[in-house]
Amino acid sequence: MPSDFEGPMIRVSDLVTHYGDRRILNHVNLDFPTGETMVILGGSGTGKSTLLRHIMRLESPTSGQILIRGHDICPMSEDQFNQIRRKIGMLFQSAALFNSMTIEENVALPLRELTQLEDSTIRIMTRIKLDLVGLNGFENYMPSQLSGGMKKRAGLARALAMDPEILLFDEPSAGLDPITAAGIDSLILKLKLAFRMTIVVVTHELASAFMIADRITVMDRGEVIATGTPEEIRNSQHPRVLQFLNRIPEGDQVDAQEYLRSLTEN
Amino acid sequence: MTAVFAFLGRNTLGFFRYLSGIYDLSAKAAYWTFVAPFKGRYVKWGSAIHQMVVAGVDSIPIVSLISLFIGIVLGLQGAYQLAKFGATYFVTALVGVSMTRELGPLITAIVVAGRSGSAFAAELGTMKVSEEIDALEAMGLDSVRYLVVPKYLAMLVMMPCLTLISDLSGILGGAAFEIAQLGKTFSMCLSATQDALAMHDITTGLIKSLVFGLIITKIGCYEGFSVRGGAEGVGKATTSSVVVSIFLIILADVVFTAIFYFTSS
Repeated sequence: MPSDFEGPMIRVSDLVTHYGDRRILNHVNLDFPTGETMVILGGSGTGKSTLLRHIMRLESPTSGQILIRGHDICPMSEDQFNQIRRKIGMLFQSAALFNSMTIEENVALPLRELTQLEDSTIRIMTRIKLDLVGLNGFENYMPSQLSGGMKKRAGLARALAMDPEILLFDEPSAGLDPITAAGIDSLILKLKLAFRMTIVVVTHELASAFMIADRITVMDRGEVIATGTPEEIRNSQHPRVLQFLNRIPEGDQVDAQEYLRSLTEN
Repeated sequence: MTAVFAFLGRNTLGFFRYLSGIYDLSAKAAYWTFVAPFKGRYVKWGSAIHQMVVAGVDSIPIVSLISLFIGIVLGLQGAYQLAKFGATYFVTALVGVSMTRELGPLITAIVVAGRSGSAFAAELGTMKVSEEIDALEAMGLDSVRYLVVPKYLAMLVMMPCLTLISDLSGILGGAAFEIAQLGKTFSMCLSATQDALAMHDITTGLIKSLVFGLIITKIGCYEGFSVRGGAEGVGKATTSSVVVSIFLIILADVVFTAIFYFTSS
């Protein structure tokens, strides 16, 4: 990949996706500027995680393009995409550590399998990554022996193993207590300042979104309804954005006639 | 009427989707086993050997114990029938031939399907649910190469070995009964078995065991990969891996036994 690439690191254009007959993403257009942190906000089931999985090519779209550094990844062969994939790290919602391996083996796995480095070098690099996320001394623990927050940190260390240029986070604070979640947020901030990576965070945590974001995108029902700086989003007048930011529950706008009909129809 | 057609159509489609899924998985596994090593991407022998221990060596006690019992039962039933003709001499031959040609491979396959096929489905299904398979793919590591190929290799090596062990313990079980009840000696049993068995009795059994091993791995891994949604999905996949593979094992047994029967006569 050329390092002097101008323009957005990731560009999603006109992306449409279906699960069966259900449309999950509806003509999504989005640019992820190089070196910036983009937070994708939205409720459950709005397609934000699906969008992230498309960038990692874990799902294939019905139509549309995903350009990473200007290359469309959808028609690429597995070998071509593997070259790009090495520069992307992803932290999964459940951390997705391999349960049969120690923390050190988990972090070392991509280095072992994808590089020709010596074992001693790999060991040092693994220790550096674990140190970075504050897990020094936990090398020989199994994932099942760690708490939720520590698993996330270990997953992050593994995502960082190949020194990625793009870092993807799927719900980094899901299932964590507020203090641990804030710890993960400050870790993301630290990485952002230290490495100038292009970071994409999918979350529904408002506080964490406004803390780490350079840009925020709000998604609703498979569509991008607003995108801009945190300030612009805060001042947005879009009704769904306001509803989301002010935590107003979905109204019971059920027509009585409509409701009775839905009960009797089959 | 349309409902009937819809039902038939949906199930036929589902059946072909299942077949094509299994075909895809097998093609990928064959690629990573036979083609990729020539491109410098070697098979993961470490995990293949680990699988051999888990699926093969650890099955030895249960396979040999069950086969021993089956051998005794065969001896009992054979003696019951053959005694009417005063032909209890042939009990040894009956046990030897039915173990090597039929029951050795079949019993082994059924035990291994229950032990290892279900374990494959549960392992891969859990990894799928906890996003571990996605994490592998996200690193650019092929899940078939890392997770399926070692299991194939382990089964292809261990199924014939386990079948031989099963053959042997079945024959020993039969001999134990004959020595205890029919007044034979061990050397009589040994020589009667040697007289009765031809090499192709054993080889046809081993060929069957290879086919059974492929079936168990294919179904177990495919069911594991196709898990959707949580722990319940893993449970379903585990159950159906055992049911489907035992069904297919017996189906394949019919086909292969027929082929051997018609080609040898």
